[in-house]
Amino acid sequence: MTTRRDFLGLAAGAFAVAGLPGAVFAAMPGDRRLVVVLLRGAMDGLAAVPPIGDARYAEKRGKLALDPSSCIALDHGFALNPGLKVLLPYYQKGELLIVPATGNGYRSRSHFDAQDLMECGLVSKTRETDGWLNRVLALVQKGDKRQGLAVGGAVPLLLRGAVPVASWEPETARADDSDFLLGVVFLYQQDKLFGPAIEQGLKTKTFSNQVLGDDQPKDRGGFGPKAFAPLAAAAGKLIAAPDGPRIAALDMYGWDTHVAQGTEAGRLYENLSGLADGLDAMAQALGPAWKDTVVVAVTEFGRTVAVNGTGGTDHGTASMMFVMGGAVKGGHVQGDWPGLDRLEDDRDLRVATDSRSIIKGVLRDHLGIDANALAAKVFPDVPGLAPADRLIRT
Amino acid sequence: MVAPGLTPSIVAATRFGIAARPGDAAAIARDPRVWVLHQLDRPAVPINGDLPKSAPMVAAMLEARQDKSADGKKQENQRLRAVYLAEIAARVNAAVQSDAPLLERLTWFWTNHFTVSCIRPVIRGFAGAFEREAIRPHVTGRFVDMLLAAERHPAMLFYLDQVISVGPNSQAGRRQNRGLNENLGREMLELHTLGVDGGYTQDDVEALARILTGWSIARLRDPEAGAFHFYPQIHEPGDKILLGKTYRWGGVEEGEAALRDLAAHPATAQHIATKLARHFIADAPPPDAVQRIARVFRDTGGDLKRVTEAVVREDAAWREAFGKVRAPEDLLVAACRVTGFVPPAPMLVANLHGLDQQSYFAPSPAGWPDKAGDWIGPESVVRRAEWCRAFTQRIPDPPDAMTLADAMFGEALPAETMQAIRAAPSRRDGLALLLASPEFQRR
Repeated sequence: MTTRRDFLGLAAGAFAVAGLPGAVFAAMPGDRRLVVVLLRGAMDGLAAVPPIGDARYAEKRGKLALDPSSCIALDHGFALNPGLKVLLPYYQKGELLIVPATGNGYRSRSHFDAQDLMECGLVSKTRETDGWLNRVLALVQKGDKRQGLAVGGAVPLLLRGAVPVASWEPETARADDSDFLLGVVFLYQQDKLFGPAIEQGLKTKTFSNQVLGDDQPKDRGGFGPKAFAPLAAAAGKLIAAPDGPRIAALDMYGWDTHVAQGTEAGRLYENLSGLADGLDAMAQALGPAWKDTVVVAVTEFGRTVAVNGTGGTDHGTASMMFVMGGAVKGGHVQGDWPGLDRLEDDRDLRVATDSRSIIKGVLRDHLGIDANALAAKVFPDVPGLAPADRLIRT
Repeated sequence: MVAPGLTPSIVAATRFGIAARPGDAAAIARDPRVWVLHQLDRPAVPINGDLPKSAPMVAAMLEARQDKSADGKKQENQRLRAVYLAEIAARVNAAVQSDAPLLERLTWFWTNHFTVSCIRPVIRGFAGAFEREAIRPHVTGRFVDMLLAAERHPAMLFYLDQVISVGPNSQAGRRQNRGLNENLGREMLELHTLGVDGGYTQDDVEALARILTGWSIARLRDPEAGAFHFYPQIHEPGDKILLGKTYRWGGVEEGEAALRDLAAHPATAQHIATKLARHFIADAPPPDAVQRIARVFRDTGGDLKRVTEAVVREDAAWREAFGKVRAPEDLLVAACRVTGFVPPAPMLVANLHGLDQQSYFAPSPAGWPDKAGDWIGPESVVRRAEWCRAFTQRIPDPPDAMTLADAMFGEALPAETMQAIRAAPSRRDGLALLLASPEFQRR
């Protein structure tokens, strides 16, 4: 006989997944997993992987330049921010690939637009958009099975589209306020004072978010640096499950470091530590499935090379990306370095590697999507952009 | 006709209280009107905690102003910040824990009536003391006593520039060529007593300012430094005519007599009755209710216990739909009372600041506004809703929203609100919706 207590115990032990119908995930070819981490707010790539070997580094970065002795030296004159030290073993095992000076076709430095374009994978928002990862799902799934999972709450644009995806969020996460505010709008419908006020208020808020950009990550909720690891571990557990999803996306906020971003300690250091702890937790949660996994961490753009008047950095151009996983052929820094002599608009690191070429390489060699489909369906705005080679172990 | 859903218990807890705590319901339900009226029989509630009296704080401020060093300023600021945080924490906690929430509401009302604002930084150290010393002891006492205590308090004397007002023909005035500052005189007539339509003229403002010359603060060299002190050498000589009455040249008693007459003036009764009715009954209170309250004010010589009873006894107070809106201080304390969670002092201050009502920082001598439309606009309504959510996210062990809603509103809770709470994605969001609901936001 099954008592209520048994049932509850079972549910807890079986890692209850709210909103996830059981056993609807079809196995993907070879059980390959892909996780995309969106670093929202524009991560300072020059701080994450400082180019300490660049002759102009100390001079151009000023008081935000890291002391090389505090960093972990990699190859080609790059180093790892001490906040990322947890990732060093992965680098040494060849499971972490560092790609410096990455960006996409976007140059206007608005978080809102840049994140949208990073997620829809297009050069401009010219049509009703879906996310590139959803288009990937359409290509890899067989039949009408859900294989995508949004971790942490609302489904990001990256995963939205024709293919239904599941979402999961921990009970305690402080997620997006927008659903809540919609509930409040509903409650205020009959109230002659509150009703019209909140409708007008939300219109204004949306508008100002679009204009200001900076407020956007805050309004979408966000998680402190320490809250990322549990989320990442949950993602790892979910996609490790034999009948779990194979493609997942999750967000990490807190990268918009306009003020007092710090160097060997402080706000950005904390965020980098949170990211590294999260990636490590995800790898451990994946267990044996880690060898079949690729994690791509991208941000919408980089930050100014020079420090601003408030000890931080402002919106820039190129940042960097991490490609990590048991299936990754890493252990080195890959890609050109544009140098700090000549800057984009005299202020930003220039883009040397289009992040979409890296993603294309992962999609082709890890998920087995052929290059024609990538060009036609996933990144149709840049059909000529060649997928990067030799990212994946064969 | 009674507004739909409005029960006497809900009115008692909301309109004359600051939201019922779980467990208050039975006591209120026994006889809601009696529950409210009995609170007025209680002695004034002192504030717990080791909070500084105004006189030493004033003296310390005067001393600190002599220390112009950056270090000295920094130390002084840290000290003032600590005092301010302690005052806010004590004030909020007193209201959260109060079994006589009407007395807390009255304290807020009268503090706002006699606004002193830290927008003038000089009073930062003793704005809280103003409430504790001049307002709180008198909320069920006599209006004239509160008036005298408020106008003589250092916070008021500094805030409305009385300390720099000098009779032009006084010894000091002639020697130093200094003169009148009519700020306190004007606000006393316009805001504290007669009201802007109370029938006074510019001549009356000046006459009152002359009468009040000499009202100041004991300087550091004098005994009782920092306390109220009358300095005859700056008092304007000669008789003064205020509102047609001649005040013979004297000393501090000139001003005391003028304040007694102002407190007893029929325009004051009308002004106070209007404000109380607007605060407790409706933004546009029934005129006959105002007249009845004003009559009680006049007939009892401004006995505030009797005047408040008159407000509570007005049928309209138990009948009018909840058209008013909880001001942020009220909203915050109400949320604390129903959830049992009180944030730490710095967060209380940040919350009140974020909701546009940082305590003791009213924008002008007229105090915080008191009509629904003053608090609810497109931006503020979104911020209030978001605040409700943020507040519930911080509660370590949030109570069940449906149980709370049922205890507070019972069958008066609209079906939509109940459904929304039930359908909320988490316990905290359900609670946040309850706090954000019009039923909780209004009073």
